[in-house]
Amino acid sequence: MKSLKEMINPLSTSFISQCKTLVGADNVIFDPERLRVYECDALAALRALPLMVVLPETVEQVQSLLRLCHQHNVPIVARGAGTGLAGGALPVVNGIVLGLSKMHHILKIDSHNRTAQVQPGVRNLAISEAAKPYGLYYAPDPSSQIACTIGGNIAENSGGVHCLKYGLTVHNVLQIKLVTIEGELLTLGGNGLDASGYDLLAIAIGSEGLLGIVVEATVRLLPIQPCTQVLLAAFNSIEQAGNAVAAIIAGRLVPAGLELMDNAAIRVTDAFVHANYPLDAEAILLCELDGLSEQVEADVAKATAILQANGAVEIRTAKDEKERKLFWAGRKAAFPAVGRISADYYCMDGTIPRKHLAKVLTQINQYANDLGLKVVNVFHAGDGNLHPLILYDASQPGEYERAEQLGGQILELCVAVGGSITGEHGVGVEKLNQMCVQFSTAELQQFERLKTAFDSKNLLNPGKVIPSLHRCAEFGQMHIHNGQLPFPELERF
Amino acid sequence: MQDQDLTLELQAQVQQAIESHTPLQIIGGNSKAFYGAPTSATTPLKLSGHQGIVEYEPSELVVTVRSGTPLNELNKVLAEQGQMLAFEPPVFSDTATIGGTIACGFSGPRRPYAGGARDFVLGCTILNGKAEHCRFGGQVMKNVAGFDVSRLMVGALGQLGVLLDLSLRVMPIPEAEITLYHSLASYGQALELVQRWQGQPWPLSALAYHDNHLRMRLSGSDDAIRSVAKKLGGEIDKDGDRFWHGLNVQQLDFFKGIENLWRISIAPATPMLDIPGRWLLDWGGAQRWLKSTATAEQIHKQTQAQGGYAICFRGAEKTDWLRLEPNLLALHKKIRLAFDPYQLLNSHRFSPEL
Repeated sequence: MKSLKEMINPLSTSFISQCKTLVGADNVIFDPERLRVYECDALAALRALPLMVVLPETVEQVQSLLRLCHQHNVPIVARGAGTGLAGGALPVVNGIVLGLSKMHHILKIDSHNRTAQVQPGVRNLAISEAAKPYGLYYAPDPSSQIACTIGGNIAENSGGVHCLKYGLTVHNVLQIKLVTIEGELLTLGGNGLDASGYDLLAIAIGSEGLLGIVVEATVRLLPIQPCTQVLLAAFNSIEQAGNAVAAIIAGRLVPAGLELMDNAAIRVTDAFVHANYPLDAEAILLCELDGLSEQVEADVAKATAILQANGAVEIRTAKDEKERKLFWAGRKAAFPAVGRISADYYCMDGTIPRKHLAKVLTQINQYANDLGLKVVNVFHAGDGNLHPLILYDASQPGEYERAEQLGGQILELCVAVGGSITGEHGVGVEKLNQMCVQFSTAELQQFERLKTAFDSKNLLNPGKVIPSLHRCAEFGQMHIHNGQLPFPELERF
Repeated sequence: MQDQDLTLELQAQVQQAIESHTPLQIIGGNSKAFYGAPTSATTPLKLSGHQGIVEYEPSELVVTVRSGTPLNELNKVLAEQGQMLAFEPPVFSDTATIGGTIACGFSGPRRPYAGGARDFVLGCTILNGKAEHCRFGGQVMKNVAGFDVSRLMVGALGQLGVLLDLSLRVMPIPEAEITLYHSLASYGQALELVQRWQGQPWPLSALAYHDNHLRMRLSGSDDAIRSVAKKLGGEIDKDGDRFWHGLNVQQLDFFKGIENLWRISIAPATPMLDIPGRWLLDWGGAQRWLKSTATAEQIHKQTQAQGGYAICFRGAEKTDWLRLEPNLLALHKKIRLAFDPYQLLNSHRFSPEL
């Protein structure tokens, strides 16, 4: 007969006691109050209490824990700082959370090879801080960089505002150590610029915790650029701003950052941080150029001419570092600024070919009007990554559901114009339905077979990223029943 | 360049191979057949007719191209718009295709500073070993929907799918380039200087040491590279372009001779390895070419001891061409089966076991 304890918690007593032996009782969390901390990530609308949280401190402990979970068929969800926006770290039923926060040491800064060897729980910004004395930094800078960890960045293939020039996480990680569900320690990538055999490093980066647990990473560091300049350009229409972006790229410039904000975003952020933005502009572009001073000077002149030729009604060049920061302040404060005017907001993340920008933004506003919702648009314009912020009030019955519906429509629109349902936040649980829109049955099955090659029992972050075909069939039907199938030409199943 | 879509024909051929249990040898321009171990398959699957630019909009910085398109032709189309493949892939012959280049994962001298072949692949369509037509990634720079299968195809030597179309990120051709050289007598001196320069924000686009000359290519605006050239000193190499091209396509005198040509991939600041032979340092020290008669065992042992790996790039050393730890080899086999369950595509191209 099962004991009372087992009935409350389906983990076997033998499993629990072995976990405690492995990592020490202090690193095993059961207390419901303390478990609450782990019930969601930054997609706070979705919550689930894990059965247990384990906080390993060494690679060997992670290996032993995974071996144990494999033996006992216990699902595992890895978690860094919990800043993910797609529910990738949402606990799963009957599963445990493996928190990597105690593996937070920078093991080595190698200034000769320009690399940092770090544990997964190291914060993104901490790497650049440690590298600064050598004149180096780690380029990917997701907006949560003061809190998010490199392990999470690798799981999500995180981006940031400087991706256009410096790439995503996948372009800036040279090697990882990955523990498989069987407890084996694999080294993927090399200490040079590549490794022999298949590029398993590429497949592990962005795999959202489905293939293994990252326990160490060697990342590439870049020399800090001596000069940075920012231009702020105002436009009377989104379309002109979009054309200006295309013209900058066609003009052979590769800005470090190229950001667009619509009028709603300009107003809401300016009211919050007083960035002195032109409030009547329909759109502003922020264009950051970096490099040697001679290069930046040439690029600023070129960019200014292109912006003028494309209808900018006002162009400001930051006079000094203080003004440069002020230009950026509004963009960087977009999320909290929206949080101030709206009870809740839902941050979307899709990518589109830039040429469709004006059309897509118009359509998004149309969808929002139809559902009685408001949207604020910030946009990594250089790389086509949209972040519409849907404003809603969860205390109003039906509003969350409408916001979710609008989010789905926006992502499906991204796919329809040749883009993707996620640029940098990942699929997690949030975008499972839209995976059915972006991928065919054969493609989803290919993902599944790849997952199985790493994790045949489906214990690592199960239920995330790859929707079941059953779910896709239901999702397709639901849409047709509602008579709202947005793009009938797309293949459905 | 022809504009010809052979997707359906190729799909039918793979389907036929499944039904008749016939392993396939994927052939593009056949310019890189020297690379890797020979496949055991004898029935060719010819991709060279599958040609053409599917979509190219310079302002999107993306080109989508059929895999059988000659690399020379693609480079020409991009250059007309002032753009290029920034990983500077080697064109070993006029027949070389973009598909073969991606399947081999080759990149040229610009690689450490601009990124490698895998860094520029945004999406692909493939036929997997079940003859299923699959599309992964896309035509946008940021895309994290599902596993990054398109990058996995880079360097997989065709074993994980027949590449049909590739979407690649392209970059503007730099406004100006200049090659400088310093005469340095030893590899040690060269490595030291190389690491010092690479730690600075100079607009480097190639860095190699060969024949007592350390050459450095700078790319950017005219003013910027002139100013850096002044700071770094050294002589201007008027034949710089020819040198980088010769290095890229392995036509420098260094590459002549009957010894095996080994490619060593290693942390750039690693001191010189104690292996007899002639050396050329590329990629700022991260890719080292070795012409040597030393045994494979000696070369692998020395390289692995420093955390790098060695590949016999050209030459007779074909047995155990790929060296992997047993646990990684086991995983490779599983991944292979996930994409090609009947093991029909380019079997044994890596080793007798893979």
